[in-house]
Amino acid sequence: MSEGQLDRRAAVAALLRDPGDLLVVTGLGGTTYDAGAAGDRPENFYLWGAMGAAAMVGLGLALARPARRVLVLTGDGEMLMGLGALATIAAQALPNLAVAVLDNGRFGETGAQLSHTARGTDLAAVARGCGWGRACTVAAAGDLEDLRLRLRNEPLFAVVRIAPEEAPRVLPPRDGALLHHRFRAALLGP
Amino acid sequence: MGDSHLDGRWSVLPTPDLWIVSGVAKHGASMEPNGWQDAVFEALRRARIRQVGYVPDAGHARLIARAHAEADMRAVVLTTEEEGVALAAGAWLGGDRAVLLMQSSGVGNCVNMLSLPLNCRMPFLALVTMRGEWGEFNPWQVPMGNAAGPVLAAMGVLVRRVERAEDAAETVEGAAALAFDSAVPVAVLLAQRLIGAKVWVR
Repeated sequence: MSEGQLDRRAAVAALLRDPGDLLVVTGLGGTTYDAGAAGDRPENFYLWGAMGAAAMVGLGLALARPARRVLVLTGDGEMLMGLGALATIAAQALPNLAVAVLDNGRFGETGAQLSHTARGTDLAAVARGCGWGRACTVAAAGDLEDLRLRLRNEPLFAVVRIAPEEAPRVLPPRDGALLHHRFRAALLGP
Repeated sequence: MGDSHLDGRWSVLPTPDLWIVSGVAKHGASMEPNGWQDAVFEALRRARIRQVGYVPDAGHARLIARAHAEADMRAVVLTTEEEGVALAAGAWLGGDRAVLLMQSSGVGNCVNMLSLPLNCRMPFLALVTMRGEWGEFNPWQVPMGNAAGPVLAAMGVLVRRVERAEDAAETVEGAAALAFDSAVPVAVLLAQRLIGAKVWVR
């Protein structure tokens, strides 16, 4: 497959525009930096480790807060480590959880080694095969606004094909206890 | 329960706690009242557990069936146990309490994921049915059964153990209070002798 062309920072900034009360979970690595660069907020829960956890953290959160929208934003490597979560989430058939995978076909944190998506794995097809009724792949900047709206309203699995270039590091807080307590305070009150 | 339940392939010791024929829990058996497992379920309910992540295990069959039948709980079948650690973290972020039900073999699958509740100082509660420690027929269960408790302890999880049916509910209740009130990870190991060893019959 040809390389993705979208700039990851611009894509995430577009998807997280006007977040409102959106609850966001990011996977370790690039998507945590991208979300931090788009604007740190207590309703962002950044994973800095526990690779493969992002989608399942999103599921637990979405089950707990059925009246709120939850968006999981992660990378292809992080999603690949927790592929089973796509089946687990589909089995719950929740309306308020969406997952967007920024796919550059690379393990960006460790030297940009090619990942499985650069070697033939189609994550949107995997999601469909796991039972997701709505899955799509977006590769053009002009489609990001439509994707933003869909991610806020549908139980959607989306692959966003980004360019492999690394973006400057923007480091949001990484103390897990701080991230946990500020998230719960913002969501549940003191 | 007599030999009529043995079909010549494998079954379990004739304890009233577990009823297995031909390699799968007999349909409906898990909905029959069961003293200590029902008491454990009531302890989870009193602890206000709302999400029950599980990888199926015969020793948890009654709890799983009751969780699915309970309106105030959401039972979530997992493909691997580590998903349940992340599920519990998400549940807690959203204000829910969760429990992870698994077999000792699943403990090894959870190890790195435990950095999530540990780093974030979140509560975590797991109930682990033990294999490979008493009357075990299948040698493949022995390595992880032997290591489950030490591995959990090495990760900083507080480990409690139930040997006798009459202690099960109280131990789980105490473990849940410890986990959720003190925001620590706690695992309760349910001894294989309590569950009933699986017996394979040729």
